[in-house]
Amino acid sequence: MRLPRVIAACWLVVAATGARVFAQAAQGEFVPVVPGASKEAIPAAPLVFVAYAFVWVALVAYVVLLWRRLGKVERELTDLNGRLKSTRRS
Amino acid sequence: MTTINRFVPFVLVIALVMFVRAPFMIDAAPYESTMGLIQKIFYFHVPAAMMTFLSAFVCGIASIFYLVGRKRTADHIAVAAAELAVVFGLIVLVTGPIWARKAWGVWWQWEARLTMTLVMWMIFVAYLLLRRFGGAGSDVLAAAVGLFGMALVPFVYWSVNVWRTLHPTTNVVISLPPEMMSVFGWCAAAFLLLYLALLAVRVRLEVARAALEDAFLAVED
Repeated sequence: MRLPRVIAACWLVVAATGARVFAQAAQGEFVPVVPGASKEAIPAAPLVFVAYAFVWVALVAYVVLLWRRLGKVERELTDLNGRLKSTRRS
Repeated sequence: MTTINRFVPFVLVIALVMFVRAPFMIDAAPYESTMGLIQKIFYFHVPAAMMTFLSAFVCGIASIFYLVGRKRTADHIAVAAAELAVVFGLIVLVTGPIWARKAWGVWWQWEARLTMTLVMWMIFVAYLLLRRFGGAGSDVLAAAVGLFGMALVPFVYWSVNVWRTLHPTTNVVISLPPEMMSVFGWCAAAFLLLYLALLAVRVRLEVARAALEDAFLAVED
């Protein structure tokens, strides 16, 4: 019966010591914010610019790629159809 | 199809004019009270998401027609729509995290809307990979994948209303004040016109590819 009481007493001492060590000092005064002192941690303007720039670049790049792919396939098709016609004539 | 293709350049020019005007309208739109400037990404982010959903539906419905009737036109439309779902989905998945970095303090959260959007996008990437590398029979398998991608759209859309997420709910669009709604409507219309033009061109590419394959086979014969 003695050991649990000793353990409980030690635990209380440790807890009280920790509470004293980590307890914040009571605030003694209020300090007003200096106007203009706080700045945006993450500026919005560059992010907005990058987002819109990405949309434009992605869409323009896709349109250009699509047009080139279409041009290539249609040229090949025209050549092949020409060859087919000449083969059938001969 | 030829009639539609004649209108494509006009539609593209109109879309381009609307896209050029859009930044001026977005700049003039009011700032949102809690998010400020970063909220203006909304005017491209949401229309891109709408086009992603539309493309997913077009792909899914075309895939159904292909699975049932094996019509080549349906297959061409499905492939075109899947590619556009990947393009517009990429825009959503890039502009969203840029917005989130400022609004939420993090680039990404594994919450319902974002995660399901990523999964849906990956499904359409898988569709394209299947068509590119799948070989014979991949058109039918890809059609099933396209159907699955379409089925995800309602879950992606309603996820913000059903689960507690960081992402704004669907109510933000319908409750926009007039000065924001007009700008949003303009941008959405610009994206829609661009999407329709790109879909027509991409379908034309698929038709040409199919004709090229048939021509090669005819040459071999």
